[in-house]
Amino acid sequence: MPTKLIVDCSTGITTEVELTAEEIAEREAMAAEYAVQKAQEDAAKAAVEEAKASAQAKLAALGLTADEIAAITGA
Amino acid sequence: MATTFTLISSVTVGSGGAANIEFTSIPATYTDLVVKLSARTTRNTGDANSIKVTFNSSTSGYTYKILLGTGSVATSTDQTAFFTNASWGGYANQNTGTTANTFSSHELYIPNYAGSNNKSLSTDSVTENNSSSAYAALVSSLWSNSAAITSITLAPDGFDFVQYSTAYLYGISNA
Repeated sequence: MPTKLIVDCSTGITTEVELTAEEIAEREAMAAEYAVQKAQEDAAKAAVEEAKASAQAKLAALGLTADEIAAITGA
Repeated sequence: MATTFTLISSVTVGSGGAANIEFTSIPATYTDLVVKLSARTTRNTGDANSIKVTFNSSTSGYTYKILLGTGSVATSTDQTAFFTNASWGGYANQNTGTTANTFSSHELYIPNYAGSNNKSLSTDSVTENNSSSAYAALVSSLWSNSAAITSITLAPDGFDFVQYSTAYLYGISNA
């Protein structure tokens, strides 16, 4: 069970308390939101990599060497 | 000008981690407050984890502007890119995307926290990461609420603080 730390500044006492069902639900919602965001980030990154590989293949097909491709693409 | 800088309370997260850290019953006897947070979280995706900052357990009235450096570019954004039910306390180091055993550093400054005007919060934070991607953020926040601040909650968005994360709350007096 996830817990939170409550620091009572009037006493200096720290208490470890289990999260409520509502707090747990909010955390799970946030985690799910992150999972969606991460999937989108990964998909965007993969698309860029795919486009990059495709461009390099086309340059190679035109007769450029690997060094020449790297020189103009920085990759 | 501040003439005193007094430790009110501090906490170190234990082996079980913690979903959040709450400073409660904050005395109204100081002029300003400062929170120093050293953080690492359990998030395993991406390379950082937002820190949510709430006052008095309120989930409304937060607006902020962010100047964020990513290690390669600088961007400016606001709460619409993050959340509106809390202020943004910067990016924290997270579990797998940042250098092992390193922690992010955050400083939150809250002037006139016990007054009856809306509350401002200025935050600076940096992640620690031996990589091309590391974040530095300056955040200008407003909590539109006239209540005196009596509690502050720091929470990794959706995840937990790991062991050895620390938070220190200081009171500053101008006399």
